[in-house]
Amino acid sequence: MDEKKISLAQVRHVAMLARLELSPAEEESLQSDLSAILRYVDKLNQLNTDEVEATAQVGEPGTLMREDQVTNRPAADEMLANAPARSGNYFKVPKIIE
Amino acid sequence: MTSSSYEAVIGLEVHTHLMTRSKLFCGCSASFGSGPNENVCPVCLGMPGVLPVLNQYAVELALRVALATHSEVQTRSVFARKSYFYPDLPKGYQISQYELPLCKGGYIEIANGGESRRIRLVRIHMEEDAGKNLHEANYSLVDFNRSGVPLVEIVSEPDIRSAAEAGAYLRELRAILRYVGASEGRMEEGDFRCDVNVSVRRKGSDELGTKTEIKNLNSFRFVEKAITYEIGRQIELLEAGGRVTQETRLWDPNREETRPMRSKEFAHDYRYFPEPDLPPLEIDGQMLERVRAAMPELPAERRRRFQRDLGLGAYETAILTEDRAIADYFEALLNGGVIGSKTAANWTMTEVLRIVNETGKPLEEAVPPAAETRILLKMVQDGVVSLNAAKNAFSVMCKSGQPAAAVVARLGLAQVSDEAAIAAACDEVIAAESAKVAEYRAGRDKLFGFFVGQVMKAMGGKANPKVVNEILRQRLQS
Repeated sequence: MDEKKISLAQVRHVAMLARLELSPAEEESLQSDLSAILRYVDKLNQLNTDEVEATAQVGEPGTLMREDQVTNRPAADEMLANAPARSGNYFKVPKIIE
Repeated sequence: MTSSSYEAVIGLEVHTHLMTRSKLFCGCSASFGSGPNENVCPVCLGMPGVLPVLNQYAVELALRVALATHSEVQTRSVFARKSYFYPDLPKGYQISQYELPLCKGGYIEIANGGESRRIRLVRIHMEEDAGKNLHEANYSLVDFNRSGVPLVEIVSEPDIRSAAEAGAYLRELRAILRYVGASEGRMEEGDFRCDVNVSVRRKGSDELGTKTEIKNLNSFRFVEKAITYEIGRQIELLEAGGRVTQETRLWDPNREETRPMRSKEFAHDYRYFPEPDLPPLEIDGQMLERVRAAMPELPAERRRRFQRDLGLGAYETAILTEDRAIADYFEALLNGGVIGSKTAANWTMTEVLRIVNETGKPLEEAVPPAAETRILLKMVQDGVVSLNAAKNAFSVMCKSGQPAAAVVARLGLAQVSDEAAIAAACDEVIAAESAKVAEYRAGRDKLFGFFVGQVMKAMGGKANPKVVNEILRQRLQS
């Protein structure tokens, strides 16, 4: 039951991609949680879906599209209202290391 | 082994903005040049709870590109999330297409030194652009105006064999994009971007060498230079017994070399999965037919027609067809069948393109309507103005916007073709220069030019030289 479906190295890789800094204890805890999730997916995979078309979303079939019209007016102040930091009308973020 | 025993294998990935008014998934303006974050809304800022709605015109423009490149439009394609974290990507993912792109296959025909080659395409897919970062000393700034602007990515097969072919491919692709009205294809402005994959192998080998990817190429010249540099670097490495490392390299335009990107942050691990907020994109036959019906003549067809029907050479044809507006202007000069194709071609290539390049304005703003230019060219044909005078008049017409006839009259450029007036001037010169006339008649043929000069001087340089020649020859003989 406690079989590990994901290695600690994989946990660290996913954490790096998600920009998460994890302590060793958190890494192990996530390894268990993610393993449990993957075991659940294994269970779902036991269902026979041969006759079911793969889909990634639920809703009406058909492609709903909009006309190419500009419907939004400039509202930089409103859009920046929740920004943690701004400089003029720019969002200000920590220095990006190139 | 020398470098000539190697061949390069090159594939290009081009991203180009589609010329829509609004963004791909929201009603924000997609225009350039607005103040920072003026064209943003909760959708393109990735705020919680928002939903993307696809812009139909963006799809139609992408379909035009597909039809123009003989690519196979898929009746069903799927948007996918490409996940990575960077401050220019507010949602933490870019909506793109992955496993099921809008179009598969296709080709672009390029001419390289008289030889025509087909460069095959892998795919064409739609995606949204990211925002823009500005790096300051201690922090970074983000402008999301470009976030969500529609792009198509056009991926070629590794069919390209040289820097020159890569340049030819890009120019042809840009011409196609402009012809179909999908994109302006301005590389320096960033609405036409190119990433290059390069590897080298021994000639005759079917195996692919290890490739590198080159980024940061914002002009055709840089693309060609970077490819040439990279081919040389890889061959040198292999010749020294080394191996090419698969990596992403940046072109450094100042040092004119490629160098590896320092950051490992760009490790390709995008965890694509289907976008749950958008249904699969279904293209029905009706929509495709509508787009097909509205397709203009493409550069390759036009080139063939110019050479076959108008008798133009390959060089003239290439220049005249690169830009649709130029080609249209040239053809408009031919309307009415008054001006010959050679005359119209020369005028377009020298005068029209000169003014366009000098002013940097779009053609329709830089030069008078073709109908007005046609009037001017007719004047040259009829001997009313000399070719040089017409060139001066054209420059003035471009600046002042005045009609040809008014400019010619105002500047007094009209030639005098009136035979009586010219004959009178000739007689005066002959009477005044009796000594020289005697010499001429005794066999000094070279003096003829002197008499022409004197007549022209007497008539203020406006006499039609053809008529002057005729009359002088006649009078001096007797």
